[in-house]
Amino acid sequence: MNGTSPEIMTIMAAREIHNGDIVFCGTGISMLAAMAAKNISAPDSVIFFESGAVDALLEDLPWAVSDSRVMWGANSTGGLMDAFATMQNRITGNRVIAILGAAQIDIYGNLNTTAIGDYSKPNTRFAGSGGGCDVASFVPRCIVFMHHERRKFVRKLDYLTSPGNLDGPGARRRAGLPPGGITCVVTNMAVMRFDEDTKEMYLDRFYPGITPQQVLEHMEFAVDISRARPADPPTEEELRILRGKCDPRRMQL
Amino acid sequence: MEDSRSKVMDLDEAVRTFVRDGSHMSIGGFSISRNPMAAVYTIIRQGIKNLHFYVHSNGTGIDELIGGGCISRLEIAYGGNGKAATTCIRFRKAVQEGEIQVEDYSNYQMTLRFAAGAMGVPFLPTRSSLGTDIINRWGFSEEMRQKDPKIAGKKLVVVDNPFGSWADAPRVVLVPAINPDVTILHVQKADYQGTCRILGLTYADIEQAKASRHVIVTCEELVEPGELRENPGLNQIPFIHVSAVCHVPYGAYPTAVYRCYDYDPDYLIAYAKAARDERLFRTYQDQFIYGVSNHGEFLERVGRKRLGEIKADPTRGYATNLQWYDRGEAP
Repeated sequence: MNGTSPEIMTIMAAREIHNGDIVFCGTGISMLAAMAAKNISAPDSVIFFESGAVDALLEDLPWAVSDSRVMWGANSTGGLMDAFATMQNRITGNRVIAILGAAQIDIYGNLNTTAIGDYSKPNTRFAGSGGGCDVASFVPRCIVFMHHERRKFVRKLDYLTSPGNLDGPGARRRAGLPPGGITCVVTNMAVMRFDEDTKEMYLDRFYPGITPQQVLEHMEFAVDISRARPADPPTEEELRILRGKCDPRRMQL
Repeated sequence: MEDSRSKVMDLDEAVRTFVRDGSHMSIGGFSISRNPMAAVYTIIRQGIKNLHFYVHSNGTGIDELIGGGCISRLEIAYGGNGKAATTCIRFRKAVQEGEIQVEDYSNYQMTLRFAAGAMGVPFLPTRSSLGTDIINRWGFSEEMRQKDPKIAGKKLVVVDNPFGSWADAPRVVLVPAINPDVTILHVQKADYQGTCRILGLTYADIEQAKASRHVIVTCEELVEPGELRENPGLNQIPFIHVSAVCHVPYGAYPTAVYRCYDYDPDYLIAYAKAARDERLFRTYQDQFIYGVSNHGEFLERVGRKRLGEIKADPTRGYATNLQWYDRGEAP
């Protein structure tokens, strides 16, 4: 198939970004997806880091969102107060699309980035929410990058760090959250979305060489596969721009 | 510095004066940037214990302090060391083994908590975390909260919007203020009275400083007040918040200071490797922390050559030739 698995994931996520979007991203392939979108189909999208840097050039890949590299060519640098206010504020917040990662996800798109096992004495401790819970609480669209594995697509999260659809239809509204949260899951096998009525995850697109059945085998819970179609693989043009402009030194892909 | 308004102190003395066993404190910076590392190593060398710590997204600083046995309670949003360790290693170990008590918040919540402390209000509202375990799961018990007057009686409180449906938010989360006993920041430039000029991202340093009873500032460059007063709009922290100023060049090493130097990926990767193994970690600490008496000696041990390699490009503000990206832990 065309492109490696990280390249396909990056392009699938980049296609979710519309021109004019404000893209909240971390480092690694989430940042590459934002850069790919900017170079391919969304030239007026704005890359935004929770550390406070807006619209950086990103000519060198940062190691962290606080890295001095996120300041090069940026239009402004503030702090966390400004950055999160931009997302909580509905005027700018409704334009934000976030790209996140997680250790676990459930059928409603809720994420765990905190701990595996009992919270008070976990088997595995992760870094924590960072700004993940904030952005998933505030903005209408979030993409999550996941590796498709049974231990990651779980029936019950060990800890609910960032809100997707919580426990189903109407739950975000009942909790007091604006609509949105996690709306798209991009994995190494497929793209998953959430049903408007049930708020449950379903299989939307599967990659070349992958079957819907194989996707199901890599999840602890079953999802609707009746709407699944083959994904359009990355085009030569998309890959050329991704490789040539976004990561020319091939440090990430 | 004959000026009676001068707050210039030796770092060792500043830490000895303001940081005590059991102090509630915070440090500035974010993951691998502008952590006040000289002060962190000083705290470890002085053997200060049982610190109650508040951070949003921290990394190198808190991980060293946890490894040094200085922290017993930690309120945190994120603990990561860039690509050297996507979860801080001593932090992870200490939580998994129950050696420290940890309570999780989000980055915005921690920032708002410092802001509330800075503003003198008991709490601020946000919509972040409604419906999540950040609200449901407490790291500190109600009994422990009742016993300690320095921490709020509850973790987070959800209330209906008292203005009805105003601003289209039916409910909000109230996050309690933090007022640390002491906050330590590292900045590019400070004057001897304590006014600070931070270049580039400020993270939550300003809110942290203004919420604290005492602030220790370490700086790359110590200048006369007149210099910073020429452009007061570029200064973020006025001297009224600051208790001590310490001139410590490379005082954030091995973390980055925009326009001065980069983080040292070799150091951070070697640290991450050592942190995974008890024996290697003791050897690391003996060599770089306990085996030196101050930050100058520490830097000598690291080597001037290495410091030269991470020097910031004057235009870009970071080292443009670091060959490091693929040497970190897989993301």
